[in-house]
Amino acid sequence: MKEEAIKDLLYKIADDQLILGHRNSEWTGLGPILEEDIAFSSMAQDKIGHSLAFYTLLHELGEAEPDLLAFSRSATQFHNSQFTELPNGEFDYSLIRHFLYDNAEAIRFEKLSHSGYEPIAKVATKLKGEIKYHVLHANTWIRNLGSSTEEAISRLQNSLNSLMPYALGMFELSVYEQVLIDTGIYAGEEAIKEEWLTRIQQVLASTELTMPDIPSQTPMLGGRYGTHTKHLQPLLNEMAEVIKIDPTAEW
Amino acid sequence: MVLQKEDILTLLEEVKDPEIPVLSLVDLGVITGVDIAEDGHVTVNMTPTFAGCPAMDYMKKDVEQTLARHGISSYTVRMSFDDPWNSNKLTEKGRAALKNFGLAPPPTYDLILDLDILEYATCPNCQSTNTTMRSPFGPTLCRALHYCNDCHQMFEQFKPL
Repeated sequence: MKEEAIKDLLYKIADDQLILGHRNSEWTGLGPILEEDIAFSSMAQDKIGHSLAFYTLLHELGEAEPDLLAFSRSATQFHNSQFTELPNGEFDYSLIRHFLYDNAEAIRFEKLSHSGYEPIAKVATKLKGEIKYHVLHANTWIRNLGSSTEEAISRLQNSLNSLMPYALGMFELSVYEQVLIDTGIYAGEEAIKEEWLTRIQQVLASTELTMPDIPSQTPMLGGRYGTHTKHLQPLLNEMAEVIKIDPTAEW
Repeated sequence: MVLQKEDILTLLEEVKDPEIPVLSLVDLGVITGVDIAEDGHVTVNMTPTFAGCPAMDYMKKDVEQTLARHGISSYTVRMSFDDPWNSNKLTEKGRAALKNFGLAPPPTYDLILDLDILEYATCPNCQSTNTTMRSPFGPTLCRALHYCNDCHQMFEQFKPL
């Protein structure tokens, strides 16, 4: 039971990172300015590296090799939130997703660095330093653009309104939620969400953006247990193109 | 000759960061331990700077080849997060090498890395601290982009972590 709970936790974290990492990489060559092209490419590399660290922990618990986990499952076997698989949209949309996701990820790593499951605590202790740069990047852009031109503010507000139900889907409860909390492995999604709402609100309060009304939102759930939008499978197909042509390729 | 831990560390001085060829892995702080068993088997423990750094695999192979080149036939090189890297692990010699290379070394810090430290950098060209972070992401995962308001040059900093 406890081991299944740990695997469930590791899969959702790693899959979120892998999928959002690939979405970030789609900005490579297309960023609106060179620094942003570099920033999203770097965050892609970081996230895929983070997913490798968590897939490695899964492999140590008897799951397949990291590359197989990343490239040979179909959409229904993925545990990422639907939030991470949505197409990038325009830059404002990607920025809002980056802001909402990475603030949550930072809290997740902070909590997991105290996890009662030592292998997770070690990885999270390392990664909570790296994620600070993602949060710094996101918060700086939201603060600057969120109090700049009318067009920037209205674009960000529209993206924030349309992404909020998906962002809340990140906190879909695990079927092992209580086991994870009781055994001190994970603080639980509700605790992460409360802290996240506070931090998001703090940044938005320094801009002209308005926090959407949370109680009236319907979170987009299902991603943690294989229910995905139509956008995930094409992304997975593209990710696996090389390995399907030549499973032994090295690059 | 019976090898000592210090001998292995001296050999590993030869292995440089492939992206910063003036900096040895020992000075970078990614060699976290060397053990020599009674039967002579050498274990080198390493840890990545950034988890997604594509150069880590290359560095690990370089360590293995360097041990082999010096006649050590029985060795294991392990990469783990047991003793995770942070920028305080950079040695003084390493910091000086970075500066000579034109990269601002990361400031050392006590225990907690707060946002002020992330944005702080000393210009490696004119030593000014009147600098502004332009982007926390640079040409490699471990570098950030800063601008010097005094000598008006962009420069890169090895990120504090």
